[in-house]
Formats: sequence, structure tokens, C-alpha cells
Amino acid sequence: MPLFARRGALAAATVALTLTAGCSSSDSGSSSDPSASSSGSGSSAFQPQHKGGTLKLVAHAAAGSLDPQVNYTLQYWQLYQSMYDGLLAFKKVGGDRSFTVVPDLAAAMPKVTNGGRTYTFTLRKGITFSNGKALTTDDVVASFERVFKVSSPTAGTFYNGIVGADACLKKPASCTLPKGVTGDAGANTVTVNLTAPDPEFAYKLAVPHASVVPKDSPAKDSGTKPLPTTGPYMAASYDPNRALKLVRNPHFKEWSREAQPQGYPDAIDYTFGQTVESEVTAVENGQADWMYDAPPADRLDEIGTKYASQAHVNPLTAFWYATLNVNMAPFDNKLARQAINWAVDRSAVVRLYGGTNLASPACTILPPGFPGHVDECAYTKGGGTTWKAADLAKAKELVKRSGTAGQEVGIVVQDDDVNKSIGQYLQSLLTQLGYKATLKPLSGNIQFTYIQNTKNKVQLALTSWYQDYPAASDFLNVLLSCASFRPGSDSSINISGFCDKGVDARMRTALTTMQTDPAAANKQWGALDQDIMAESPVVPLINPKMIDFTSTRVGNYQFSKQFYMLVGQLWVK
Amino acid sequence: MTSAPTPGTRRPPGPWRTAAADLLRNRPAMAAAAVLLFVVLASLCAPLYADHIAHTDPFQSHVSGTTVVDGRTVPVLTPSSTGLGLGVTPIGPTWDPAHYFLGADNQGRDVMARLLYGGRTSLFIGVTAALLTCVLGTAVGVVAGYAGGVVDAVISRILDVIWAFPVYLLAICLSVVLLTDGLRLGPLRVDAGSLWLPVTIIAAIYVPYIARPLRGQVLVLRNKEYIQAAVGSGAATPRILRREVLPNVVPTAIVFVPLMTALAMLTESALSFLSVGVQPPDASWGTIIQDGLGLLYTRPAVTVAPGLLIALTTAALNVLGDGVRDTLDPGARLRGGV
Repeated sequence: MPLFARRGALAAATVALTLTAGCSSSDSGSSSDPSASSSGSGSSAFQPQHKGGTLKLVAHAAAGSLDPQVNYTLQYWQLYQSMYDGLLAFKKVGGDRSFTVVPDLAAAMPKVTNGGRTYTFTLRKGITFSNGKALTTDDVVASFERVFKVSSPTAGTFYNGIVGADACLKKPASCTLPKGVTGDAGANTVTVNLTAPDPEFAYKLAVPHASVVPKDSPAKDSGTKPLPTTGPYMAASYDPNRALKLVRNPHFKEWSREAQPQGYPDAIDYTFGQTVESEVTAVENGQADWMYDAPPADRLDEIGTKYASQAHVNPLTAFWYATLNVNMAPFDNKLARQAINWAVDRSAVVRLYGGTNLASPACTILPPGFPGHVDECAYTKGGGTTWKAADLAKAKELVKRSGTAGQEVGIVVQDDDVNKSIGQYLQSLLTQLGYKATLKPLSGNIQFTYIQNTKNKVQLALTSWYQDYPAASDFLNVLLSCASFRPGSDSSINISGFCDKGVDARMRTALTTMQTDPAAANKQWGALDQDIMAESPVVPLINPKMIDFTSTRVGNYQFSKQFYMLVGQLWVK
Repeated sequence: MTSAPTPGTRRPPGPWRTAAADLLRNRPAMAAAAVLLFVVLASLCAPLYADHIAHTDPFQSHVSGTTVVDGRTVPVLTPSSTGLGLGVTPIGPTWDPAHYFLGADNQGRDVMARLLYGGRTSLFIGVTAALLTCVLGTAVGVVAGYAGGVVDAVISRILDVIWAFPVYLLAICLSVVLLTDGLRLGPLRVDAGSLWLPVTIIAAIYVPYIARPLRGQVLVLRNKEYIQAAVGSGAATPRILRREVLPNVVPTAIVFVPLMTALAMLTESALSFLSVGVQPPDASWGTIIQDGLGLLYTRPAVTVAPGLLIALTTAALNVLGDGVRDTLDPGARLRGGV
């Protein structure tokens, strides 16, 4: 996708919010966001003849907690689109328009006042949770407080700008936001006050961590116990070792097709525990309708030829990367970190992922086509703007200079075929560089939280990052800021533990610049990307594409660039 | 009264020599021994094959590597060029010993070279674990059977507890726990990635399989007249054990060795297949099967070859074990086994 197009999307959204700040929103339900109002034609009408049936999804493993304010995985965020709602939502359509933020539980885009610090939302009327209770402003206020009470992974990065958030981050259990988020039941409005303008706040309100749940929801991770939903589906049962069953929310009535369209299947059965091989076979045989996991290498050719009509390949604004723990030997040594970046053969990782039609080598943290991305490759033989080849000789020299050769390095990966094979490659590479490398494959159920917790002393982990929303800060600020590093917590998304005060200050500057000059801000983000890569806390490996492999009976496939395949919009009848 | 052998008459062969002669006349056992010898020799030649014939490092990934097939340079992992162009397939068997004889795995490693190295590992673990099991089992069985009383009761209950666990479940549990930090038991220290870890685990879980029958044998032996005579004549217990008891139970223990080796190899393969046995980059036949699992549809040789070798080797060990049993304990055949 051309670079300007993504920048255009971000600029449009930013301008829209800036415009909204000077506009009065009406309660008519129409949006004051120009991009939102112009994109209504994209929402196709519901086709009742396709309503019904059970959509059968399969995955190797569950993705942990079902709590929308806690879970931080693509696997469940994709599902949450048909279950939970926030005040705002990304438009549920295919293509670039899916980056557009539209009003969801709010009747319209917010009235932004006080120099971009105050957002006032008017709630839609008549929305009911799946437990039969009506949505109120109290639920919205309690949900914002709950973000901190449950130590949501993004509490310190997405929502730390809310007035009172600092105290909540320090003492989550007793979090209240009396000046940060207030509700007016009479006027049916909710007001959010920020300590400083945040041009990305609308995006942050449109992700699942800002979902509105009932005010009496437990002030802790609800785990396997589903919370009531507002969307078209609710969880009827959940056993992470077996299955998740979604059924229709009996209280759901479509209020905005672009924000929360009603779904086609009557039920969605998500089964866990199969091998990826058997997932492919199940989809081929029509025993499953879609598989979450990337198909294994030996089945790709078969899918790409015999079942080509059932395969949907889409580029992602994401990257797979290796985290290097900058607070533990040997990667507390910058030379050792740089050595890994020089040594990794990205084309090898592309092959292990499935070939050049499924991934491309990554040089930067910001994916190509993403706001702020600069075509520059710091760690390629001969230099240049794209990755060409690894420089093993230089890497060995750096390891020698660092004096870290011979040290033990543990590599933690997920235990699926693709992750494990990349892990084996990294282990082989580290051995070549002179380290004593060991590989620790863990179930995808626990690996992501395991590698975040500093108590587990993970030196090198293989993981991936898929955008939360289309802004550079979602990669750089979220993954590598000091605020994202929370020692001892399972929610420490800065897995490398990289914390540079100077870089942090520059990120804050870029965020400020974003309010007035997105183009200049993106240049700042691009420079930050390069400078962080010079410190080498992570090793970008590939920018992946996604294959959605669906059964023959599946129709109405739509790929949202924001949250990927729209599960609830698939029809099986 | 003894008399000196008469010059010109042959001294009758000893029991061990007789047993060896019997074994040599056992054709199935000799065929099995030949198969085993071939597998052992081939495995020992692994470095020779990797360094001087295939010119490859079987423990290093060659994902972007190339090789020569029919005079053409081709990538070891070939991207698909049909349909949507998805996927990468490792090179299949070339039947050329110098260039990926059995093809490559998903890391671009030479499967033949890994098979030979894997054989070394599997045989090492199988034989070492079996020997360790037999030594420990013999010691425990002899002590429990001869000492009797409280000692026997305690040892027997411990053996019962170990016996009560499904053997693979116990092995998996021990492996999962010990793979994190290795084994630290007093002076005994085994690193997490060491081959001695699966050896120790496998040896430990099979001790009851040796100790219990040997204990029963010793319980019978201790009531024999010649043992009672030795006790009555004031012989020390260690001497009785060494001179009277052990010579009677060692043949039984020896019969167990090939059978336990087969069992240990199967257990190692299972553990390695489940990623809790031999750890990468070390290769064993079990790990190679696991590596090949993701290539079952496109490159079945990666899985089939080590599978066949495991089957062949364990079958040969069982046949040889039967031969050894028939030789050292002819009565066992009549009783229906050891």
C-alpha cells in the first residue's frame, strides 16, 4: 500500500478530530467526522437470506483471558469486534475505510473543547447489555476506571492522559477518576478530561481495552468468565482448553451498521487444541470454516494451488521481531544487540514464514506504508534502504568486541510450527555467533504474558506486533517507551525493557507535534525509529501478510485493515 | 579331593563360553546383531559422512543455502511458483550422498547427516540408560531381597510408588520440570540441555522393572542351602552378595540389557518427539521425527526414515534380547519369558 495513503488516513482522522473540536455535535446520530460521514456507502445492507447457521472456527490454542479490557491478542480482539463496543469504533468494513473511526455507543463523534483536552460524548439511547440491563453513563465511567483497576496492558500508554490516571496507575485497586471521566445521567453525556491534548485519543477509544462493560463487573481480570456484551454476540461458554462458544446477544438491536453491524451466523464455535495441520485439513474438508493460525509450511503450496479460491491473502501493518532484554546479559551490551541485528538473515525468516508472497524482510519497527515509516535499513550488508543480506562477519566481530561470546542465551517462542522453526533458526544463528543458545517453546496461551514478565528472565523472545490503530506511536511509544516497561508485571509490553529518557522525551514531542502538524510529527517518528534501531533493543524480522483460509460454504469475506477478517459478517448459509 | 587334569584331555568350556557359543548358533539373534552392528557403525561414522561426504553441518540452519542437483545449483528451500505462490518446500531426496541424500528438513539441514548423528544420540541414550537401569535395578533388587525386613519394605514401597505412575507420564513430568533448570541432587549436577538428563530420567523410571524381578530372585536365593551354609560359616554379607548372590542374578540382568535398551530408545524417541527429551540443536531420531511432522505432506522421508530406523533397531534389540535370554536362562523360554 502506498505510503501516502496511510498518511492520508491518519491525517484525515486527525483533521476530523481537530475540526470536531470547533464544531457542535448534534444528537442525531450523524457524525461530525468528515471521513466517517462520507464512508457510509461502504456498509452493505444486511442480507437476511444468509442469516443463520453456525460458524466453526479453529485455533491451536486459546488466547487467555476473555476480559476485553485485559486481553491484548489479535486472536480475541478480532472476536471482540462482534461482542463489545466502546464509545467509538473503527468502521467495520473491508479495505482502507476500516481505519476510520465512527461513533459507536456514542451517538456522534465527541465534542472536543478546552484546547483538545475535553471530550464530551452523548450516549445512544436504548442500548442494552446481554444481561438485560440498560447501558448508562455510570457503566461508561466505571469502565474507564476498570481499565486501571484490572491493570489493562495499555492503561499506562493509551489512557494515562486522563486526569487522575497517574494516581490510578499507582494504586489501581482504589482507582477513581472524579475529574477525569464524569457522567451526566440526565443529559446522557460522558465527559473525558485529558491532562494534555491527544490526537490519537479517538483511536484509543475505539480499541477493545476501552470497551464498555457493566458497572458491576469485577474489578479484576474476569478470566474465563465472560462479561456481558453490547454487540451482536455474547460468550455462552469458554474453556481455554477446549472451546469458546458465541451465541447471539438476545438484547442486541443494530444501531449503526458501520459501527456495529448485526452478524450473520446464529452461533460461532471456536475450538482449541487441534494441531495446525489438522486445522488445515478440517477447513479443506468443510469441518471448520476458518483457522486462526498461520497454515504450516508444508500445506501452503496445496492451499495456494488446489484451494486457491478459499485463500485470502492480505498485507498487514505488523512486524515479527525478536526482543533483546537490554537489562540482562548478554544483551545489556549494545554491541551484542547490534550483532544480532547484523546477523539475522531476514530472507531466511521470510522463507520460514512461507515465502516472499507471505512476508517481506523488515528493517524498521514501523512497517512499510505506515505513518512515519522511512525506507532505511541500518543492518544490511552494504547499507541501503531495503534489506539485502546479513553480515555475519561483522556480527561475529561485534560479539567478539562485546566480550559476550560463550554466554548462555534462552530463546522463548510459541510452540506452533512457524514460531518454532524461526526459533530454531535463531538458535542456530546464535550458536554460530558463539553463544550457548537454548530454545524454549511455550504454548501460545502463555508465551505472550510469560515473555513480558521480568521475573521470568527472558533474554530473547520471538513475538509479533500488529497495530492497534494506524499511528506511529502505537509501535514506538507502546512497545518501547519507559511507561510500557513494568517490571514484575505480566502486562509489560516493552518486552526488551528499553527505557531511554531522551527517546521518551522525543516521543512526547512527536505526540505534541501530531496535534498540529501530522507530517512533521511523522518525520519525527521516522527519525525516532532509526535512532531506536541504532540502540537495537529489538530485531525486526519480517512484515507478514495474512492468509485467511476459509471453507467453501463461507461467504461475504471482508478484511478490515484494522481488525482483520470480520468474523460476524461471514455467512455460512 | 581334586585331581589335576589329565594331559591330552580338553577342559570343559565355562558357562560364559558355552553361552557365547549358543548365541553364535542362534541365527535370528546373529542377524539382529548384524543389523545393530551396522546401525552402530553407521552412526559412529556420522562426522565422517557430514564432514567429508556431505560437507555440511547438520546442526546449523541452511535456510537460504543452495545445493547442486544434476549439475544445477538449486535452493535448499524452494519457494512455490504455482497458484498463489505460497509456501516453501525443502529439497527432497536426491539419492546423491554428497548433496542431500535424503533431502532437507525445514531448516535446510541434511536429513541423512542428522539421521546418523541422531542415531549416535538415540543409541547413546538407549544403551547408557539401559545399563544404568540394570546396574541400579540390580543393586536395589539385591539389597531389598537379601536384607529383607524394614529395608525391603521401604525399598519395595518406593518401587511400588514409581511403578504406580504410567511410565511415559512420569517421564514427561520429570522432563518438563528438569528441563527448566537441570538436575541438582547433591553432587549430581546435570545441565538442562545435556544428554545425561534424558539418560537419568529414563534410567530412573525403569528401575522398578529390573529391581522387582531381581528382588524376587534374591528372596528365593537367600533360602538356598549354599547361601545358608555361607551364612552359617560366618561369611560376611558383602562377600556372600559378591560371591554367591550376584553371580546368580547377573545373567538375568544381562538378559534385560538389550530389552531395556530397546525400551529406553523408544522412550527417548517419544520424549524427544514431545520436545521434552533431547533438546535442539542436538538431534535424535525422535527430534527428527518431530522436525518432519510439519513436512509430512511434502517431504515424508524426514519422518519416515528415522521412524524406520527406530523400528528396525528396537526390533533387532528385541530379537537379540530373546537370543541372550534363551542362552543365559533357558528355563525362561519354558516359563514364557523373563
